[in-house]
Amino acid sequence: MQSTDLKVKIGLEVHCQLTHLKTKLFCSCSADYRKSEPNTHLCPVCMGVPGTLPVLNCKAVDDAVLIALAMNTQISHKTLFYRKNYFYPDMPKNFQISQYDRAGGIPIAKSGFIALDQGKTVRISRLQLEEDPGKLSYEGTIETSRSALVDYNRAGVALVEIVTEPDMNSPREARIFLQKLRSNLEHLGVSSGDLEGSMRCDANISIEGGTRVEVKNISSFKEVERALNFEITRQRNLVRKGLRVGRETRHWDEMRRITISLRVKEEEEDYRYFPEPDLVPVLITNQKIELQKASMPELPESHRERLMTQYGISPQNAETLTENKALAEFFEECAKNYDRPDLLSNWLVGDLLSYLYEMDLELKESKIAPENMVKMLKLIDDGTISGKIAKEILKKMLVTGKSPKEIVEEEEMRKISDREYLQQLTERVFASNPKAVEDALKDEKAIRFLVGQLMKETKGKADPQLANSLVLERLKAVQAKA
Amino acid sequence: MSDILELSVSELARKIRSQEVSAEEYVSACYDRIRKVERKIHAFITLTEELALEKACAIDSKIRQNQQVGSLAGIAIAVKDNICTKGIRTTCASKMLEDFVPPYDATVVERLKAEDVIILGKSNLDEFAMGSSTEHSRFGPTFNPYDPRRVPGGSSGGSAASVAAYEVTVALGSDTGGSVRCPASFCGVVGLKPTYGLISRYGLIAYANSLEQISPIARTVADIAILTDCISGHDRRDSTSVNQDRPILRNHLIQNVAGMRIGVPEGLFGKGTDKTVSKSVWDAIIKLEELGATYTEIKLETLDYALASYYIIAMSEASSNLARYDGLRYGFRLKDQDNDWSTAFSRNRKAGFGPEVKRRIILGTFALSAGYYDQYYLKAQRVRTLIRDELTKAFKNFELLVSPTMPILPFRIKEKLLDPLEMYMCDVDTVIANLAGIPAISIPCASSRGLPIGIQLMAPAFREDLLIKAAYTLEQNIGRLDLKLKV
Repeated sequence: MQSTDLKVKIGLEVHCQLTHLKTKLFCSCSADYRKSEPNTHLCPVCMGVPGTLPVLNCKAVDDAVLIALAMNTQISHKTLFYRKNYFYPDMPKNFQISQYDRAGGIPIAKSGFIALDQGKTVRISRLQLEEDPGKLSYEGTIETSRSALVDYNRAGVALVEIVTEPDMNSPREARIFLQKLRSNLEHLGVSSGDLEGSMRCDANISIEGGTRVEVKNISSFKEVERALNFEITRQRNLVRKGLRVGRETRHWDEMRRITISLRVKEEEEDYRYFPEPDLVPVLITNQKIELQKASMPELPESHRERLMTQYGISPQNAETLTENKALAEFFEECAKNYDRPDLLSNWLVGDLLSYLYEMDLELKESKIAPENMVKMLKLIDDGTISGKIAKEILKKMLVTGKSPKEIVEEEEMRKISDREYLQQLTERVFASNPKAVEDALKDEKAIRFLVGQLMKETKGKADPQLANSLVLERLKAVQAKA
Repeated sequence: MSDILELSVSELARKIRSQEVSAEEYVSACYDRIRKVERKIHAFITLTEELALEKACAIDSKIRQNQQVGSLAGIAIAVKDNICTKGIRTTCASKMLEDFVPPYDATVVERLKAEDVIILGKSNLDEFAMGSSTEHSRFGPTFNPYDPRRVPGGSSGGSAASVAAYEVTVALGSDTGGSVRCPASFCGVVGLKPTYGLISRYGLIAYANSLEQISPIARTVADIAILTDCISGHDRRDSTSVNQDRPILRNHLIQNVAGMRIGVPEGLFGKGTDKTVSKSVWDAIIKLEELGATYTEIKLETLDYALASYYIIAMSEASSNLARYDGLRYGFRLKDQDNDWSTAFSRNRKAGFGPEVKRRIILGTFALSAGYYDQYYLKAQRVRTLIRDELTKAFKNFELLVSPTMPILPFRIKEKLLDPLEMYMCDVDTVIANLAGIPAISIPCASSRGLPIGIQLMAPAFREDLLIKAAYTLEQNIGRLDLKLKV
């Protein structure tokens, strides 16, 4: 069998920060640390200063219950925290307060699923609450750095770990799963996937007949597909050479875009899990679950349906919009003042998204305002600018936040509809391209070249329809002379 | 020795408030006494004389100006050096925390300060409270005030010795498996291990979280009751502290044991028990009977497994609790290291911890390891549940269980130091209260060859009132013991 035919199995462990919580999981430090100086969001509790004790942030449990409900899981009525023991400089206590599904542990929820497209579902094996470690910064790479700096601002921030069964069969499916997951969390209002490092994942990958390899340190969704593709290729190459894929843990090196071996099975870490004695069991009553159910916001599925019926946009556009809650909200905001939602959705799903991707920006990080998007579309509609110019304006709006009018004026992008001026230019184009004119007289297809030259002279600002008719007029005149 | 030092907490508090005695005069007398006896008993790691005198003067001046002061204004206390005191170094008697100055006060310390109790210093202990003799201290051992050739018990040996030697009026210790009752027994004072959850552990540097409680030490049952009332009660910073009404213990200082049913577990008078100790405790039981209580000898099936279960749980928790001491963020760090973090952590820990602490970390790590977890930790937890269940059942028929606190008399310095197992055996009668989370008190009941003997009373969870009532009755009827301080 060809190694490329071997079936791939992928399971994910996704760590999602509960970014909407005001405080960390076990202390009252602010969880909104991203714009702060290193080591400023600390207190004796999250620094593990001797004698301090954790106190559970009950809102985190509420958020986790919401997630558990959205993922169709069975919620535990009594859940326990466990200590995961290992030494690492990013952990102030050298253990992490987490949950566990063995040794008597009970995670907050078990056995659910997320539906992907075309009837495919990914089973969720468990969902657990835990604290985030701090963050290490290396000079260069983990392997070559002489030293590391530790920032404990993140230490103690609430994380929900979502563990899937190995139900994904390609890196693409893994990405789709993660998009769905992110969209769900955003719709639930518990986590903003667009914040740096708010969602990270480890992946377990095996190819048919091989053992499972864990890849750690995948810090964003964009990296997931890359890391998985690399790892699958690596494993296939081993198989092709007749070598065995050994069970090991590998590290995704984002800079070099390769995975490197961290430890092989023999050195597998023993985390010595045991119940956290400083916390009491958390009871989740049916009443609490019902309360959370009642407060459940609109989820991506129903949001998509609604966008289709309310605005009459295509299923594909509705799907893409709801994958990114911020984008869907942006769409609805624009649609209030614009009566062609289908056109609007095409612009957002097509142009806007691809520009964001090119610029490596999240919508929220860009500066565009819904009213400016609408203004831009209206400028196209009333013929002030061409679609081509609009694309340039859109890119500029993302970066500057200026209104399309301002941009048009500053950049002199107004469409040129001055007939006399364009006539002069057309004559010049004809004079400098005699060969093309000859061709155009014989072959209609060559006319396009002349129109293109005219557009080029005006840096694309000429009214395309006018340009076309002027070229045709001039051709007729030339023909008449001849 | 100044007479003031012998006063009880309530007398002192009254005299200070009525300006019969000034807090300054009293605190100065304490330090005079400390200067006199400290080189013989070494009860303190750190003394805070300047701070204490300043505080005493402030209290006196408030009283003179008729301003409100706390209910225990001026009372001098020793605080075990594993309880955090803001701005005062808290060492756990370890090189690892030799220079550690906590940025916060433990909840109990906050509560003491709120009542204007004055901290005279931080008392000695076995490193990280791991020991039964106060010999495992980075700063050297504490000596028994009744015979400085002998140990004061442990791990709260400094606290018990300082109270016994009249350096302070009361003290705080911590009791994980007997760490307050053992030294109370050896030093002839009273020690109360309260129900798990009665007193906040916030600020107690953890040895074995699921077992330990901050515990008061005093010379009389009345003083213990008052001190416990001051520091107990719910604290939202400790999730294991219980949010429920608690009896006001000083209201239970009543001589009345009529109709009280006492269970005497024969296993707690086992073959390792010194005959004099056994006889003295029986004498006290008979005394209680004379005063109206009844007693029955009972057999507790699970007792034989208590000590093993206790040590496995305590060491397992310790191995995790003490992982944070790596020298990176605070605490001891070897100088001039240019190693990777893992090597640096190992070297710091190797140099910073003493041998008993290392032993327990290693044993605890082993007990939690994959492949051994079920066999050790999980089994120990099951035994713990059985013990708790059996005691709950026993308390259906009895209000109290009574036993010796320690099976033996205070032993000589270094006598058991090289034999850890023999040292661990000392805790055989005390650990069940910690495993079951129930309250237990040790009070002096007799003496032998000038050394004190303690009796242990245990009650159902949150029934400290029963302990106080019975202990108070016994105390008032035993009379003065034939004991003389050797300092």
